[in-house]
Parts: sequence; structure tokens; C-alpha cells
Amino acid sequence: MNIDTQAIQIGLEWDTRTGALSIPIYQSATFRHPGLGQSTGFDYSRSGNPTRMALEEGIARLDGGSRGFAYSSGMAAIASLLLLFKSGDHLVVTEDLYGGTCRLFDKVFSRFGLTFTYVDTSDTDAVQAAITPSTKALFVETLTNPLLKFADLSALSAICRERDLLLIADNTFLTPYLLRPLDLGADITVYSATKYLSGHNDTVAGLAVIKDPQLAEQVYFHQNSAGAVLGPQDSWLVIRGMKTLGIRLDRQQQNALSLARWLKKHPLVRKVFYPGLEEHPDHELIKRQANGFGAMIAFEVGNHALVEQILLKTRLISFAESLGGVESLMTFPEGQTHADIPAELRARLGINDVLLRLSVGIENIDDLIADLDQAFKSKGVTI
Amino acid sequence: MKFGTQLIHVGQTHDPLTGALGVPIYQTSTFRQQSVDHFGKYDYARSGNPSREALEEAIACLEGGTQGFAFASGMAAISSTLLIFSPGDHLVVCDDVYGGTYRVLTQIFDRLGIQSTFVDATCLDAIAAAIRPETKGIYLETPSNPLLKVTDLRGVVELAKPRNIITMVDNTFMTPYLQRPLELGCDIVLHSATKFINGHSDVICGLAVVKSVDLGDRIRFIQNGFGAILGPQDSFLTLRGLKTLKVRMDQSQKSAGAIVEWLSKQPRITKIHYPGLPQHPGHAVQCAQANGPGAVFSFELDSVETTKRLLEQSKLSAFAVSLGGVESIISYPAKMSHAAVPPDERQRKGITDTLVRLSVGLEDPDDLIAEMDGIFNGKQV
Repeated sequence: MNIDTQAIQIGLEWDTRTGALSIPIYQSATFRHPGLGQSTGFDYSRSGNPTRMALEEGIARLDGGSRGFAYSSGMAAIASLLLLFKSGDHLVVTEDLYGGTCRLFDKVFSRFGLTFTYVDTSDTDAVQAAITPSTKALFVETLTNPLLKFADLSALSAICRERDLLLIADNTFLTPYLLRPLDLGADITVYSATKYLSGHNDTVAGLAVIKDPQLAEQVYFHQNSAGAVLGPQDSWLVIRGMKTLGIRLDRQQQNALSLARWLKKHPLVRKVFYPGLEEHPDHELIKRQANGFGAMIAFEVGNHALVEQILLKTRLISFAESLGGVESLMTFPEGQTHADIPAELRARLGINDVLLRLSVGIENIDDLIADLDQAFKSKGVTI
Repeated sequence: MKFGTQLIHVGQTHDPLTGALGVPIYQTSTFRQQSVDHFGKYDYARSGNPSREALEEAIACLEGGTQGFAFASGMAAISSTLLIFSPGDHLVVCDDVYGGTYRVLTQIFDRLGIQSTFVDATCLDAIAAAIRPETKGIYLETPSNPLLKVTDLRGVVELAKPRNIITMVDNTFMTPYLQRPLELGCDIVLHSATKFINGHSDVICGLAVVKSVDLGDRIRFIQNGFGAILGPQDSFLTLRGLKTLKVRMDQSQKSAGAIVEWLSKQPRITKIHYPGLPQHPGHAVQCAQANGPGAVFSFELDSVETTKRLLEQSKLSAFAVSLGGVESIISYPAKMSHAAVPPDERQRKGITDTLVRLSVGLEDPDDLIAEMDGIFNGKQV
């Protein structure tokens, strides 16, 4: 079954008592036991909730894993996975990582003795060189944030197999609709489901999918023990969002390619990063491994004054953090999403004061272009 | 303002846009910004959501703290708070701590280099003896779960303060209506708000409250960095549940007293653990530091057979885990809340195979008593 069809199947016809097509929102903390030593399969909603379970089983199927887990945020998903490691363990990670992940690594888990080496994970030699005897995992963003570099998962998973490392792929920007990292040899996929999977800028949620059932047991232990679970209402909203994942991404990608081409020709734009453009260095590789290029664009404008002008003068495109929703959003990574990354690293990565990140929504493309066009043309900034 | 009034009004400024009395459920992940240099109060809902914030302000005020934090579960509140400690730090923990807390301490935090010593916290000397130079925190539940043992919080604070040790109290069984640990000098209050605070057995939620701004900043950093936050729907439901906390607790506590009185006359009951009983060893301390004994108690039965019958035949009291709801919940600590504690450890702590915990809800106590009477004495209800 294709991914878009599978997504529509999530939670369907679960409720045999009523025949409700959509899974109920089980807003219940606890579940009555039929007898001593017996359970309906549900005891306490932190340990398992039917609505959350439908989502967890759904994402596991979409990603081709043995088991899925839903968390209260994307950060909670990553943080709960990091609890698998212990003091002294080393991880090799993508250098232009989301700022929140970077903060979690450097300010929380490094305090507990985990060490991290940041490398360009689109460069497999750099990854090889960073591995030490205490390296336990490689953590990559499949398409990086904000500069949209692609990690060659086939090559990376070969390295991980050889060196006995876990390969963890943050697949937020591509989703299983466009890329299935577990098929390419990853062990774990992780998502900020707040983004494309939920897709409506209305839920904060995280998901993880595990390939190996034994590893999944350990992940379950930490989900249940640390308790950073997703509530039933938000679980249901993510399921609801995922039903339109395919059509949303189709439209978003189409819009993104048109916008990227339009931006490329604009005299006030210095550089456009979009993997769907043929000149993008990873264009061919993505074409081979994935089913699309996503709908995130980063671009550099001519000068810093333009950053503020464009962020504040666009009317349809909101100046807000987050991405992946039906509404187009634009942010300024240096000051917002990547503010927690050390300035020196930011500069090296190319996250500078003229870089904007655009998450393309499903609005009509002509309106989006017209909105950007008038923002570029507007004179000065009035606040 | 008295507590019952605070419950209805704190954190609940009317929505300025519409005048709505209820806090809107802000089911949004992000907030539009007006300026590149100065972001608004809200930017991303993990970092701050107005619905969650209303709950956080309410609990901070009710507990007499400066900052409150809402988490995805009680365990998320506890785990996130424990992350403020560092490898090499040592904790002293009450020995009948909730099984889930015991599990994270021994199987996660121990691995992260934070060691715990479990002591009988009813004995201040035992706590004092367990303190080491590297002890950074004391973690307590009072009354404890499931044996309702009482710890003298003022006494612990006297031990902790001069040594700069952070005192944490899981106040789930009492709620700020009955006990306010921050006013007794403790530093952090934690809640499984799933229980009495929300009170309707319909939300999984955790809360933390602090008095000092510095501790608040440390917890806020973890809350945002780790991201184990509470969603807007659950924040709203918890705030909604909180409004009836006083009337619920008043009724449940009254019913608990009546049921305990009846149980104490039943031949099948060998022991009752309830700090409201004058003969309970912690009764005097409980009276000195709390405004009531609460609505949870445990009792021991004459045999495993009677225990099983009671658990399986109870209809009004749901045989389930959790507590603190409008529905009475009867549970079996040895197999439920404390299943994560090793069996011999459990026995040693008095969590026997004939121990039952009852969380008294809002049913008429006569009905609850009649049902138990029927089960114990084979009478039809």
C-alpha cells in the first residue's frame, strides 16, 4: 500500500462498539481492570492510551518500523531517545542541526557526560573521521535545517553497520511520504510531528519509530518512565493531520519549486537553497533516495535591512517559528531557530544575517509570489 | 483572597480580545512575530502557550510559589525537575516513594550519575544520617504512597537549609488546599496533577512549582530544552478541574473519614493506614503541617482471597491504577503502583499482598460502604 493511502488508514474503524470511522479521543487517565492480573491492554494513559496508540502504530507502519512512540514535543522525542545512552558515550551529529537539538545536546546531555562531535554529515569521510571507540550513534537530519543539505543514508548506514553504531535520522523535513530512512538502513527515525505530519501549525508533538523490536522495548521503557507522552487530543490532531500528508506535500513541493525559481531570478536575492533546483549539490542524490525535495527554502537577500522588510511586509506569509504547516511561514534562523548555536559555528555553516527560511504552504502560488513581490518592493519598514 | 476563591480566579484573567471567562484553548504551535529584534512574549508553543501559562500561574499562586511549570505527566514533571541535578550529586529519598519515581531514580538517573539513598523519612535521624557532603536534594512524599507515612517537613527543612540542600515534595495526595510545602520552607513542589488537582481521571498531567527565581530558571530551561510539556487541551482541562478542587476534596475527605470508621469495625480488616486516625503514628505531624488527612488511605485484609474478591467485585470503586478522581478507585499497590519495586523490597516496606489502596471519590459513602459490606459478608447489594 502506498504511504498516502496508509496514512488515511490510521485509526480507522478501531471502535467496533459504535463503528465510528474515526478513532475516539480517549480523554481518560486510567482504565478499569477486568480482574486481578488482567488488563484490557490499557492500564494508565502514560503507559498506553488507545488514541496515542493509533498514532504510534500508524507512524510505525508508514516508516516501516516495528514500533512507534508519540511524545509531547519533537524535543521530548529526541531527549527521550538520548536517555538510551550513558555517561561516556559519544555521538556524531549533523553540524547544522536544529538549534533546539543543539541546545539539548550541549546544555543538557553533555552535563551528563555524553559527548557530541558536529560534522557535515553530507560528507561521509568527515563522518568516518569523527568516529571514536566510544561512539555509540550517528544522529543526522535527513534534510538539514536551515541549509537543506542531504545526508546519504545508504552510505551512512553502511558506516554505522561496520562500526556498530545506531543510526538515528531526524526526518522532519521529508516525512515518510518522501523518504523512509529505515528502508535505507537507519535504526531510528524521529520527527517533530508539529511540522509536516500534523501539518496545520496547531499541535506540538514528537514521534519516533524504531526498527528493532528489542531496541523498541528500551525506548518504551524510557517513554513510560520519563513520561514525556503526547496527550490524546494532540494525538488525534496529528492523526487527522496525517490523512492529508500526501496532498499537502504534493502542493507544497509544487509551490516551493515555483517560488525557488522565482526567487532565483529576483535581483535582490543573492542565493537560493532548495534541493529541487537542479544546481543544488544534493539534487541527484535526493532524486535517487527520496520521492521528493520537500518544501523548505532558504535564501539570502542582498542586505540585512531587507530581512526585516520582507519578514514584516509580507501579509500572507507569517513571520513565525515552526514550519511544515498549510500556512506559509518565514523565519530568520540567525535570530530565531538557530540562536542557540554558537556564533562561530553559525558563521561557518552559513547561517548569517541575510539568510531567511521559508516554509512553503498550500496557498495559491500566484498569491505567494505576489506577496513576496510586494514585500521586496515596499519602501522602508513601518512598525 | 481565600483558597476557594483563588481556585476560581487565579491565572484566569479574562481574554482581553473577547471577554471570554474561560481561558481559550490555544491549539497553535507558533505565534506571528511583529519585530525582528524583539520577539513577542510567545514565539513557539513548546516555549510558552497561553493556555498552559494560565495553569502554570494558577498552581504557582495556589502553592505560594513564584513560578509554575506544566508537564506531559507527573513523571515528566519529576524527571524534568531531577535533570537540574548533575552527575556526582546525591539524593536522599523517602523509601516508599511512588514506584514510577523509584524506577526513574534507580534505572535512569542512577545511570546518569545521580545516586539516591532511600530512607524511612518518618525518621529525621535517618534522613540526617543519609546526608553526605555531595547530597544536593531531599525528595519526599507526605503522606506517602501507599502507606500514608508522614514526614515532618519543617524538620527536614531544618536539616536541609543550612546545607544548601534542595527539598522537593511530591504534594499529589494533599494538593495545595491541604498542604503547602513551600510555606513550610521546602523548595520545589511536584504534582501528578492527573490526580486530585485535575480530579476527573481524564487527563495525564504533571506540575512543578518553585519559590526561588533561580530554581525556576533552571526548571524552565529544562522544560523548554527537553520539551516534556503539557498540551493546550490538557492544560485547559486541568485548569477546569482545579476550579472544583476544594469542594471535591472537602467531600472526598469527609467520605474517607466515614469509610475508615466503618472499616475499622470490620473483622476482615487487619490494619488501616490513614493519617486522620489519632492512632496513626504521623497524626500529630500531619495536623501540624496540613489542613486535613486527605482522601486516600490503605488497608490490609485477612487473606489474599478476600483481597482478590474485593478488587474484582467492586463495581462503584473502579479497580484501576491512579487516584484522586471524582470516581472512587481501588487499587492493588503490590501489582500496580509499586510493581516496579522488587518483591523483597516491597515486603520489607510493608507493601504486602493483602494491602489495598482506596482513593475515595464523590459517590455517596453509604453506597461505597454497602458495596464493601456485600463483598465482605456475601450480602447482595
